[in-house]
Amino acid sequence: MIRMENLTKVFDTPGGDVTAVNNVNMEVPAGEICILLGPSGCGKTTTLKMINGLIPKSAGKIFIDGKDTDTVNPVQLRRNIGYVIQQIGLFPNMTIEDNICVVPDLLGWEKAKSRKRAAELLELVNLVPSAFLKRYPKELSGGQQQRVGVIRALAADPPVLLMDEPFGAIDPINRAVIQDEFLKMQKELKKTIMFVSHDIDEAIKMADKVAIFKDGILEQYSAPDDLLARPTNDFIASFLGQDRTLKRLSLLSVGDVKFGEEYKVHGEGDLANAIGQMKELGHQNIVVTGPQGRARAFLHLNDILGKKGVIEEYRQALPAVANVKEDLKTAVSTMFRHDVSWLACVDDDGFYKGYITQKAISHALSAIYRDEKQNTLR
Amino acid sequence: MDILLFMLDNLSLIGQRTWEHVSIVGVAVGIAILTGVPIGIAITQSKRAADIVLGIASVIVTIPSVALFGLMIPILSIIGQGVGYLPAVIAVLLYSQLPIIRNTYVAITNVDPAMREAAKGLGMTTIQRLMRVEIPLAVPVVMVGVRVAVVMNIGITAIAAYIGAGGLGTFISRGISQTDPRQLITGAIAVSVLAIVADYFLLFIQQKLTPPQSSEKIDG
Repeated sequence: MIRMENLTKVFDTPGGDVTAVNNVNMEVPAGEICILLGPSGCGKTTTLKMINGLIPKSAGKIFIDGKDTDTVNPVQLRRNIGYVIQQIGLFPNMTIEDNICVVPDLLGWEKAKSRKRAAELLELVNLVPSAFLKRYPKELSGGQQQRVGVIRALAADPPVLLMDEPFGAIDPINRAVIQDEFLKMQKELKKTIMFVSHDIDEAIKMADKVAIFKDGILEQYSAPDDLLARPTNDFIASFLGQDRTLKRLSLLSVGDVKFGEEYKVHGEGDLANAIGQMKELGHQNIVVTGPQGRARAFLHLNDILGKKGVIEEYRQALPAVANVKEDLKTAVSTMFRHDVSWLACVDDDGFYKGYITQKAISHALSAIYRDEKQNTLR
Repeated sequence: MDILLFMLDNLSLIGQRTWEHVSIVGVAVGIAILTGVPIGIAITQSKRAADIVLGIASVIVTIPSVALFGLMIPILSIIGQGVGYLPAVIAVLLYSQLPIIRNTYVAITNVDPAMREAAKGLGMTTIQRLMRVEIPLAVPVVMVGVRVAVVMNIGITAIAAYIGAGGLGTFISRGISQTDPRQLITGAIAVSVLAIVADYFLLFIQQKLTPPQSSEKIDG
């Protein structure tokens, strides 16, 4: 847990005092990722660096796991806080193994223990230890280097991790991969992470909570969905962009809004049953499943109304399906690409799991506002 | 042909004087590394100190070697060492300061700020940062300074023969005074070969001390 109380930083510049961070109060609960977001010069990096004392604070208190950081020697403090920087900062004179073991070595761990840990950590980020341990940083690609930068911060298993735009210098494709890996890792490790970013999409994707800064003031501190749905002032609204509601699409998964899993017909089933189900569901289409329950095809109401025969004769191929794990952004994109208003949802093995429709998606996105209206009406 | 025969006849003498030469340059540059590197690191803390120290070192290098030897004779005569080995070593030591101090200073000040931030952020003390990161990173650049010092001073040590310091310069000074081109050319060739060999040897060491630069990227 990281807690800041009235944290303030005033820089003494030739042009007079500049307040970079103004009376910030916030708390990052244990095991959560908090992303500090804002335009450049807003004080987010200064706030981060005050936590491990790289920038001395002017006033206020910082507590880590309840302990006042003023009572700890700054060098000891930093050894117990993981730190990742945008420029990666691997030491080119040390092998990857020695780089990862920098903090354990400073803490005086036994060599055998720390070297074993280095190999385990490399596996955690999908780098083969035997191929990398004895290499030097310059021999690695940027993405590989930043993976090492992250595990170096984790080497001594600190409870708290500070990251200053850790994925900012990596190309977009690798960035997405590393972000996903990092989230997967965090699910297991449950570190308390404070993370500076200037990329709104990154913040929405990775944060449990987002803190928006402007001119040294913490403007809003809330969960990403809440932030996008209810920005508290015009600055935040414009910072998040006019398309902020669309950004929420990436926060919800297909599984969250799908429905009608029980409505489906088999290839051998009869048409009357199919029509009955469509009327009950209020939908013009129904999915035809295979013998095991995999989504195979669909029937359209107009094709079978007043017709006789078996479903097999009238079924049409599904233009596309949505995996229940996908986010809504991907699903909507699939819908637009195929010019359809609904998709059949499947799991990883192709089993039918329900429908997703454009109407259900817009309903889900607007739910948060509907609750508000009802509250005001009451 | 004369010269070749002279060289073959005097191989052991050439070897002996080469050894004298190497011992002057080696000892002096060795001491210069031990003094110059700490000075170079110390002056990174203050721009003003750096300007002063580098200024003095530059002035020293501009003093002609013959003049420097001349200046030292009365001073070192006090301890009975006016001529010979000691003034030669001191001269080489002084001339070596500039390339070594300057290269150390430049190397340390040019260490990537990201390295410094990472080292500090991971919890290294100032001394640990110097010993584990900054000095190792500076070594290749410092070695360039050492090479410059060694090559330059192999030439200067040849002149030290005039104050009785021995070395390969003896062939040259005797060649001149006895108008004996065999000795003169033997000395000149030996000094040149020694400088080239020393430069390559130090280059080899420098490469050994430099971490690999992006050779081939690893896949996977």
